[in-house]
Amino acid sequence: MSPYEAVIGLEIHAELKTRSKMFCACDASFGGEPNSRTCPVCLGLPGVLPVLNRRAVELATRLALALHCEIAPYSIFHRKNYFYPDMPKNFQISQYDLPLGVGGYLDLELDGEGFRVGITRVHLEEDTGKTVHVSESGRIHASEYSLEDFNRAGVPLLEIVTEPDIRTPGQARAFMQELKSIMEHLEVSDCRMEEGSLRCDANVSLRPVGSTQLGVKTEVKNMNSFRALQRALAYEIERQEGVLESGGEVSQETRHWDADANVTTPLRSKEYAYDYRYFPEPDLVPLELDRAFVASVEAALPELPAQRRRRLRELYGLPAHDAVVLTSSKAMGDFYEAAVAAGADPKAVSNWMMGELSAYLNARGVEIGEVPVSPSQLAGMIRLVERGTISGKIAKSVFEEMLRSGRDAEDIVAERGLTQISDEGELEAMVEKVVEENPAVVEDFRKGKEKAVSFLVGQVMRKSGGRANPQVVNELLMRRLRGED
Amino acid sequence: MDELYALKAWKLRELLERREVSAVEVLESVLGRVARVEGEVRSYITLTEEEARSAAVSADAARAKGEEAGAAAGIPMAVKDVLCTRGVRTTCGSRMLEDYVPVYDATVVQRLRLQGLTMVGKANMDEFAMGSSTENSAFFPTRNPWDLGKVPGGSSGGSAAAVAAGEAVWALGSDTGGSIRQPASFCGLVGLKPTYGLVSRYGLVAFASSLDQVGPITRDVRDCATLLSLLAGHDPLDSTSLPGEAPDYLSALEGGVRGLRVGVPRELMQEGLTPGVREAVEGSLRLLEELGAEVSEASLPNLDYALSAYYILAPAEASSNLARFDGVRYGLRVEGAEDMLEMYGRTRACGFGAEVKRRIMLGTYALSAGYYEAYYGQAQKVRTLIVADFEKAFSRFDVLVSPTSPTPAFGLGEKVEDPLSMYLSDVCTIPVNLAGIPAISVPCGLEGGLPVGLQIMGRVLEEAVLLRTARALEEALDFRASPDPVRGEGK
Ligand SMILES: [Zn+2]
Repeated sequence: MSPYEAVIGLEIHAELKTRSKMFCACDASFGGEPNSRTCPVCLGLPGVLPVLNRRAVELATRLALALHCEIAPYSIFHRKNYFYPDMPKNFQISQYDLPLGVGGYLDLELDGEGFRVGITRVHLEEDTGKTVHVSESGRIHASEYSLEDFNRAGVPLLEIVTEPDIRTPGQARAFMQELKSIMEHLEVSDCRMEEGSLRCDANVSLRPVGSTQLGVKTEVKNMNSFRALQRALAYEIERQEGVLESGGEVSQETRHWDADANVTTPLRSKEYAYDYRYFPEPDLVPLELDRAFVASVEAALPELPAQRRRRLRELYGLPAHDAVVLTSSKAMGDFYEAAVAAGADPKAVSNWMMGELSAYLNARGVEIGEVPVSPSQLAGMIRLVERGTISGKIAKSVFEEMLRSGRDAEDIVAERGLTQISDEGELEAMVEKVVEENPAVVEDFRKGKEKAVSFLVGQVMRKSGGRANPQVVNELLMRRLRGED
Repeated sequence: MDELYALKAWKLRELLERREVSAVEVLESVLGRVARVEGEVRSYITLTEEEARSAAVSADAARAKGEEAGAAAGIPMAVKDVLCTRGVRTTCGSRMLEDYVPVYDATVVQRLRLQGLTMVGKANMDEFAMGSSTENSAFFPTRNPWDLGKVPGGSSGGSAAAVAAGEAVWALGSDTGGSIRQPASFCGLVGLKPTYGLVSRYGLVAFASSLDQVGPITRDVRDCATLLSLLAGHDPLDSTSLPGEAPDYLSALEGGVRGLRVGVPRELMQEGLTPGVREAVEGSLRLLEELGAEVSEASLPNLDYALSAYYILAPAEASSNLARFDGVRYGLRVEGAEDMLEMYGRTRACGFGAEVKRRIMLGTYALSAGYYEAYYGQAQKVRTLIVADFEKAFSRFDVLVSPTSPTPAFGLGEKVEDPLSMYLSDVCTIPVNLAGIPAISVPCGLEGGLPVGLQIMGRVLEEAVLLRTARALEEALDFRASPDPVRGEGK
């Protein structure tokens, strides 16, 4: 076992799901022709002034409350000054020493063990634009010129900073997954890591197990998925351990996760050693949130993943693990509940979603929203199994076809003649044939080898192309073999 | 009768409403004056005659049809080149924006357009409004129409000179530390710095956001009240804009000063005043007493620190506000750089003048890690003390009175090499911006043939009290605000 313990804190940025940008009326949604979603304000033209988006404040408050933060009755915005061409004003409006929410926490569970991660702060800031370096190689130093797209400039961002309470890469991943699910349930962010609407940096340090002092930390950036987060942290912990074990010292620096090479590499110090010269933004008035506002946001908070897990377990008797997977995103939970509402057995829906559906999502790397099968279609398929119209085995191939084509189970079953055969007359003929073809096995059974019957059932199933109702076949065989006819 | 260009806006409006003159005639009189004197005064960076002519034609057409033409219709105006005007280049007196053409109108410009704005041109100014003489314009200095060897004051020197020289009837200026009041004082005009938040700053290219205000420069108090009514009022595009619509300042103009409690802060009457300024101010105070006001000494004990605090806070905000001029999206870009940082450096080295660079460096330093508390933090505390000083004084007095500037207009080139003495010329006006209160400068005498201005300061949103006081004084002094000082144009 390692003599070191990792101490990890996360800094998360999430784009808020507002219709307009943080300080102007421009469309805040993702996409659009470059610079088509801009105006004098978000382009930082001379003379413009920011006007705070009320909705952004409401959404930030919603998340801060869900993370058990204290909502500051008085908070202000600062200017964070640094030159970068994707920032039109060459300063970013951000909250600084008086953030909107402070002192929260999130309770989590990993492998049956509970842990709590403190939330230092939740604050509002604006996003920057996007720089594209144009060159053969795509590298900044070799680029001939750069292009700026300011469509994202001024989109409201939430920054969430945790206490250094996380100890393992797995915990970090569990935290991010839960946070994402919470933000989805609250409808505050789309949380698309690949589009950059959810980003995460980590501070990592090691210390001897049992020590309470903090070691020198590095900041790891550019982790664009949960998998990247977990792997980057694992790498960084191992790297620091190697440095310490060999008697070296970890140097405080920012490191970049390279997902292709599976390593973190240090950024040149010049690239991040800014003096941001924070000072209060004189163009905005202080943000004062009265109790009534906070109370109204709190009262309107929707069900959160933890509450949903508890409800699903109590209502449908789901195992803890199932409840976690089914609430890992809001869409997952919504899919589940919609399928149950459409009349399917709750446990069967869970089994299908945990099994075939999850396998499909993982294999394709897609979100549940992109699956061509609707919850009611899944429910329809499950009902066919329940009614005995198709066997469980057939159901799997039917579901595969549904995932391919998006068609209803009933249509597929009808078209391909997959209906289960329960008609005794039809099955008796097959049973008779199997008995005749397998005299030795029949003999075994008669000598008391009860298990022999399952082989015979299998033979009948095979003859029927999997469509025979195995229970009926079993009964017919027993009757036939015991000579009851 | 005087030439049309020399008349006050209210008089012109009367003539226009009665259709005794046309807006085109008024404009041509002013443009004629521009043609004769602009070569020497140099009030304008950009002239917009064609735009003005079509506005004048529209104003005449509206009046001919008996329609309401708007309070600014057919009254030629100079607009300080720090206010964005759609389609008309807006330079801020800087090489950085020499060819910059805004795509939108500042809110005040927009409001005036709805009232028939007849804009003669964009007035010269100290670069990015940093200066007190208009000598910091990147293009050329403006001269004082009263004496072409003197400065018109600044930073709204072009606006004031244009009105004083008959190149406009009224003007818009902006005031961060005295930039409306001091040039008004130097040019024998009325200038008002409104309460912070009364007039929208949207489209005013920011110098120091927490201090900047747009305001009128006019030939008398009545015009000042009219123009302020057109400018003031809530703007949803400016978060620091105060709620509510502005009152009609014109209707509150008369009524005199009987019983008005006038305080004279002793800190603003100390050393540094020229004898003529002292005499003119004291004469005005006696006049106010004769008119029934109660005049006594007041004190603003923390005023000694105001100038220092201002020269931390304003540059700090400016260093951030001016960061956007980087050559990336608009304005000047110096080509030939190897990389982005070098492009920034070359562009800013070339685009900004010496005073702007000085203040950017001052401000950057004041905000730097390790210095923030000692400079910016301390200056904010001083600001709080100054606000408290004024509040205390206003519990005893209705208005406070001082000189607008310790001296009349100084000579061109006299202070260029000495920024500190230039900064000191704003010592009476700067505290007002720090406190966010309104103040007006009204002509109150002459020294050596040059105008002297009296500053009247009031409580937040009590512009009406200032205007009423200034009006009473103006009437009693019967001051000629529009003499004819321009060479070759003697009366
Ligand atoms: Zn915009």
